[in-house]
Amino acid sequence: MSRIEKTFSALKSEGKTALIPYVTAGDREPSWTVSLMHALVEAGADVLEVGVPFSDPMADGPAIQKACERALLHGVSLSQVLDIVAEFRRSDNSTPVVLMGYLNPIERMGYETFAHRAGEVGVDGVLTVDLPPEEGASLTQYLKPLNIDPIFLVAPTSTEARIQSIADLASGFIYYVSLKGVTGAANLDRDAVKAKLAQIRQHTSLPLGVGFGIRDAETAAAMAECGDAVVVGSALVNLIGDSDSLEAAQAAVSALLSEIRQAIDA
Amino acid sequence: MSEKIDFFEYPDAKGRFGDYGGRFVAETLVEALDELTEAYERYRKEPDFIAELEDDLKNYVGRPSPLYHAKRWSSELGGAQIFLKREDLNHTGAHKINHALGQGLLAKRMGKTRIIAETGAGQHGVATATVAARLGLQCVVYMGAEDIQRQSPNVFRMRLLGAEVVPVESGSRTLKDALNEAMRDWVSNIDDTFYIIGTVAGPHPYPAMVRDFQAIIGRELRGQMQEAEGAQADALIACVGGGSNAIGLFYEFLNDDGIDIYGVEAGGDGVETGRHAAPLQDGRPGVLHGNRTYLMEDDNGQIIETHSISAGLDYPGVGPEHSWLKDQKRVQYVSVTDDEAMQGFHALTRIEGIIPALESSHALAYAMKLAPTMRPDQRIVVNLSGRGDKDINTVAQREGIEL
Repeated sequence: MSRIEKTFSALKSEGKTALIPYVTAGDREPSWTVSLMHALVEAGADVLEVGVPFSDPMADGPAIQKACERALLHGVSLSQVLDIVAEFRRSDNSTPVVLMGYLNPIERMGYETFAHRAGEVGVDGVLTVDLPPEEGASLTQYLKPLNIDPIFLVAPTSTEARIQSIADLASGFIYYVSLKGVTGAANLDRDAVKAKLAQIRQHTSLPLGVGFGIRDAETAAAMAECGDAVVVGSALVNLIGDSDSLEAAQAAVSALLSEIRQAIDA
Repeated sequence: MSEKIDFFEYPDAKGRFGDYGGRFVAETLVEALDELTEAYERYRKEPDFIAELEDDLKNYVGRPSPLYHAKRWSSELGGAQIFLKREDLNHTGAHKINHALGQGLLAKRMGKTRIIAETGAGQHGVATATVAARLGLQCVVYMGAEDIQRQSPNVFRMRLLGAEVVPVESGSRTLKDALNEAMRDWVSNIDDTFYIIGTVAGPHPYPAMVRDFQAIIGRELRGQMQEAEGAQADALIACVGGGSNAIGLFYEFLNDDGIDIYGVEAGGDGVETGRHAAPLQDGRPGVLHGNRTYLMEDDNGQIIETHSISAGLDYPGVGPEHSWLKDQKRVQYVSVTDDEAMQGFHALTRIEGIIPALESSHALAYAMKLAPTMRPDQRIVVNLSGRGDKDINTVAQREGIEL
């Protein structure tokens, strides 16, 4: 059983929703990320989503764009992100880690090399934002034999047929994009999310994560009512961007995440 | 022996030109792209749509654009005869109106009320704002903050036409970042918004659709050449940024034997310096802006900043069909430097009395190299894709002249 599967089934038996924080690797300093990952686990994270910085993050709002720019000032590469995961794994062998990013850095490294290294360092899932299922098989064929889950997005605009084709290719969990927009947007419609999640459940038994636009305890609690996991990204990334020191960043993200943890468990 | 390729059969149903093209976008956009593909396939064959487009191209844009024999320049260069396809004489001063009009009419048919676009030099933004004004559609144009500085007359033009021009401060603050921002707008306003992409890049169906709207350039040229000379060109030359004017000129002739085709990229300070915008000369295949194509990237797959005197060529990618045509060796891709482009700019201005856009000046500069190597009974057609009024500030600044 993969770490992701194990985590979701344990939470299910406890009747809990998974909490998935996102941080961009290398933001603000490359040396911060491993400590921040541990702090997030401490504060209640069940799965960690680690962003691979990209120069042109087309699906991301201003918060994650800026985080990418901050990381790229230090030249943080996909290879370094994998090193970061390896370092994290030395003291945490149970929390699943999902890499989230764009296809081009993976293309550059080569699909097979990437899959091999990701497997070695203990990556559990890979979410490639600009890789829809039609183009996805070329990468997933290398991930699946290494037990790395390809995580795919489902959007409010996805048709029944598309949901089915995504469900056929995905494993681990499915990431539902809760709004028509970019990460960190503010137009979350909880009734629409509920209805769409019910539709998606007719096509898959995989856990459903909800992300994009979850910014605080209140929105997280609302989404936790219908999703199996909630993803919080931009709100944490903004806190990191505003912090002058690693200690300040750790304190800020821990405070927000603990608050969200309490709210979704309530 | 390999079988002859029919270039008119591309892209395939997945939007692929060989390994290039495709649709690499976030899930939210896929349904919108399917809807667009379906609408485009339907209307491109519908007699009403075709009639309206043809009427507008004739009476609003001013087509056909003339084919001009630059006799004085040809004899000065002492080689082949140079003909200019005068896209600079179109309404709004460049070829961009051809696809902006086609996409605008399609947006209207699809019931979209809001138009967005990205722009580099501002020519595509002006063309889009023009079409939006004429069709009564709301218009938002994304433009890199850097380019807004370089191309202020076009910014004012767009605003006069009623468009909102949004400065893009992210990344390198140029065309590629404007494209990212337009994509973000589109994903956020997908129900009522039509994204008019300004070149033959982006996810399928954009590269094919924009090409089809631009292909009128080459179709007209075939008839005009036959009428004027009783023969076709021996060589075609066009500048390539994203590559919309180039594919517009080339497409008609891709299956023809005996025509050499040249795409001219922006060599900036020289390809060997790394400061340029010539991905087909010095790039590698990768994925950006929804398609697989040649890119300017570093060893980690990050897109790098490009350099060109011409804002319209300052783009790290290129339309996927050009990548395929390069690999198939059907088109020869070359580059000229900023300095050489300036020579082309001045030559045409002083010898023929035509001020060309800095983008088109790259094609002219290559004609200056190629013509002397050919015989006086041979013919070169250069796509004069735009006029240079917008560039006079850049030229003056470069030459230390205060206006």
